[in-house]
Amino acid sequence: MTPRKDDFDLDDLRSAMTAATPAADPARRAENLALAKKNFQTAQGSRAEARQSSDRPQTGGFFKGAFDMLISRTALGGLTATTALVAVGFLFLSPQGQNLLRPPVDSGPSISEPEIVTGVDREQAQDTGVSEDGDLAVADTSEEVGRVTLRDTEQVETAPLILAEPMAPPSPAPTDGLFSLYSSDDVGGGAIQQQGYGNSAVLNSRGVVAPGSPIASPDIVAPPPADTEEYANADDNPLRVVADDPVSTFSIDVDTASWSLLRSSLNRGQMPNPDAVRIEEMINYFPYDYAAPDADDISPFRPTVNVFETPWNPDTRLVRIGLQGDLPAIEDRPALNLVFLIDTSGSMNDPSKLPLLIQSFRLMLDRLDPEDEVAIVTYAGSAGVALDPTPASDREAIEAALTRLQAGGSTNGAGGLREAYRLASEMSEEGEVSRVLLATDGDFNVGISNPDELTDFIEDQRDSGTYLSVLGFGRGNLQDDTMQALAQNGNGTAAYIDTLSEARRVLVDQLAGALFPIADDVKIQVEFNPAVIAEYRLIGYETRALAREDFNNDDVDAGELGAGHSVTALYEVTPVGSPARLTDPLRYASDTPEAEAADHSDELGFLRLRWKEPGAEESELIEFPIEMTDSPDPEAAFAAAIAGFGQLLRGSDFLGDWTYADAIALANANRGEDEFGYRFEAVQLMRLAESLDAD
Amino acid sequence: MRMSVTDQDLALEAAGGDADAFEALLSRHYDRLFALAFRLTGSRAEAEDLTQDICAALPAKLASYRGQAQVTTWLYRVAVNAATDHRRRAAAHARAAEGWGDWEVNRRKAAAEESEQVAWLYRAMAQLSDSLRDTLALVLDDLTHAEVAEILGVSEGTVSWRISEAKKALARIRNEEEST
Repeated sequence: MTPRKDDFDLDDLRSAMTAATPAADPARRAENLALAKKNFQTAQGSRAEARQSSDRPQTGGFFKGAFDMLISRTALGGLTATTALVAVGFLFLSPQGQNLLRPPVDSGPSISEPEIVTGVDREQAQDTGVSEDGDLAVADTSEEVGRVTLRDTEQVETAPLILAEPMAPPSPAPTDGLFSLYSSDDVGGGAIQQQGYGNSAVLNSRGVVAPGSPIASPDIVAPPPADTEEYANADDNPLRVVADDPVSTFSIDVDTASWSLLRSSLNRGQMPNPDAVRIEEMINYFPYDYAAPDADDISPFRPTVNVFETPWNPDTRLVRIGLQGDLPAIEDRPALNLVFLIDTSGSMNDPSKLPLLIQSFRLMLDRLDPEDEVAIVTYAGSAGVALDPTPASDREAIEAALTRLQAGGSTNGAGGLREAYRLASEMSEEGEVSRVLLATDGDFNVGISNPDELTDFIEDQRDSGTYLSVLGFGRGNLQDDTMQALAQNGNGTAAYIDTLSEARRVLVDQLAGALFPIADDVKIQVEFNPAVIAEYRLIGYETRALAREDFNNDDVDAGELGAGHSVTALYEVTPVGSPARLTDPLRYASDTPEAEAADHSDELGFLRLRWKEPGAEESELIEFPIEMTDSPDPEAAFAAAIAGFGQLLRGSDFLGDWTYADAIALANANRGEDEFGYRFEAVQLMRLAESLDAD
Repeated sequence: MRMSVTDQDLALEAAGGDADAFEALLSRHYDRLFALAFRLTGSRAEAEDLTQDICAALPAKLASYRGQAQVTTWLYRVAVNAATDHRRRAAAHARAAEGWGDWEVNRRKAAAEESEQVAWLYRAMAQLSDSLRDTLALVLDDLTHAEVAEILGVSEGTVSWRISEAKKALARIRNEEEST
């Protein structure tokens, strides 16, 4: 082997692997085949019986029935043993059995993360130096490996209980078990080897890996934390041919959770999981210097459109659509009713979770007016009101209630939500804005059998006019997809809070935008002109795509724009005749532009925007053409750098030989004023990603 | 006769209750399943056990086969899930000395058999997380990333990402070993 080679040749590995794979033992082969045959016949027998009913239950139905019966008829004490047996049978005999097995609620890895912030001083250290995180990670690890192994043992002992409780909704992914079963799997490769593979002792004896030491590298000691995290994402928006599909429709998205998540991964020395990267949320994390609407604007936001050369492809153009929301004078704002819905389950007992959450809310209290009201609902096991509606001026009472919060017990998200919405509607008076702020590490596992049910509930509540914001805390168990679903369906935003400075950004700097919507259900539709543009693709917004007809359908929900918020979307377009065109024109289907399209040969497309005044039923429309003239803009160039960065992280095919270095150069050249230092941080993260990816 | 029938036809017939079709299908794929089991577990004994689990569970699972996926894809998915179950039970019973460790012990006893590279590969793979190792095992079985993605139920991008992570981790392990 050549020393210091940075990459592996998979073909070498493959031939080595093939050489090492022994042939199957013929005797065992015969035995196993016989066993399979026997089981096949047994299975046929039971299935034939089952067919007697007109409506044949799905496989596993029988076992599920027996399982349910035991659950309902047996006292809890006896339950453990009996259901364990049934559940094990169920597990091996039915495909559904696989999916029932989910990690227990509290088994989420509680590995203390290097970037956890316990106080302002640490946070500042964090802000200034990425490398410190790396040091911390190494320092923390050796302790963690030992502790984690203990935790794992506990989990093994309680295994029958875990089997007996289908706690989480079964997910369709066939490999759920693979990624979520071992708590140790999420926490440290070291632990799992001692359990499942038992090889670390042997390895140690060879002196390859020192016992108890961090094994080899961060990737191995702490495998990607994504393991029990679930992300909301979809495949990249594909390239569309204007002749076939001239209209693109999507909902705005002002969430920023994806950026904070990937920052947290990178700061820990991990490349983020591509599924955790949502480019529109990365772009929209940053404030842009867009013109604000003035008295001439009929909309509560001002759209600006720029067209400029694509940084990663000189033969295509980027079309930047920016919406800048109005920022009404802060003293004119309506009174606010806030219900803090706080997850106090055991898993929140971690410095990066409940304590950070309490500090974050304290920051926010300073920004509230005396007319505002605050209530606190906790959920853990059973939902409880920790603070009845209290005027924000009674700071002492609120502080006291926050201080009393303690983590413990399991999670009952649905019960807490009901209680929070009930309080919100109680507090709400004419002309006031009510919002539920849900703070969680992502667990909704107990008390809700069906995630759709939860979503439905929130959708119903949305109509009552109460908004919902979801704040994610902590890593390792974050159900990003549930958070996204809740926020999207509840007329709200999802943010991920990893540090106190992020809390300040979300809850203080952007308080107005986070809490006061100025436009509801904002939808964007672009019709491209086939005479000018051959192909286009929307960068990001994969989870926000709308059908063409949804644009005019006021019943279809879309994203909200908060006061002072801005939203940015980028299209990469290929002009007709450009050498960058990826598809050939059709020979038979005429794609010669129609007369009307040719008449507008200076227009690249037509932009339509729909929105509703907050609380209104009917939408309003503005529309105008997008001109095909280059109008470069430093703000747009920075957005393009972030979009390029996101595509690099997602492994997109559209970037050619554009690299992190290009993204860094482009972002650096367009940092602008950067009042809060966010863009500087972005460049730091790009550097980090560049070096991690080069490993 | 049977050999000219496609996997898919066999599987659908078997799902419909044809025992001969089932037997034909399984014997056709047994060796491949065993090889995959070996790659997933790293030990001959474990692989034999795992293959037995798969054979035992397959008839019940077959009822859910609707011809929606390639038979091999479907079989591999069953195998990977069975490997996961297998690991869980191994952990539950604290049979800590088996698996890759066992293989390593045997290897050291009869050191001459394998090349140093192969030995190293197993040692290094044992250090990967389960998800990386499973993904790598499937890719090394001559499957495309798209096929592996379907088997594991993740996106193709995730598979490619895992492979690159695995390669990086292996490169790092190698470099670290060489520098010690």
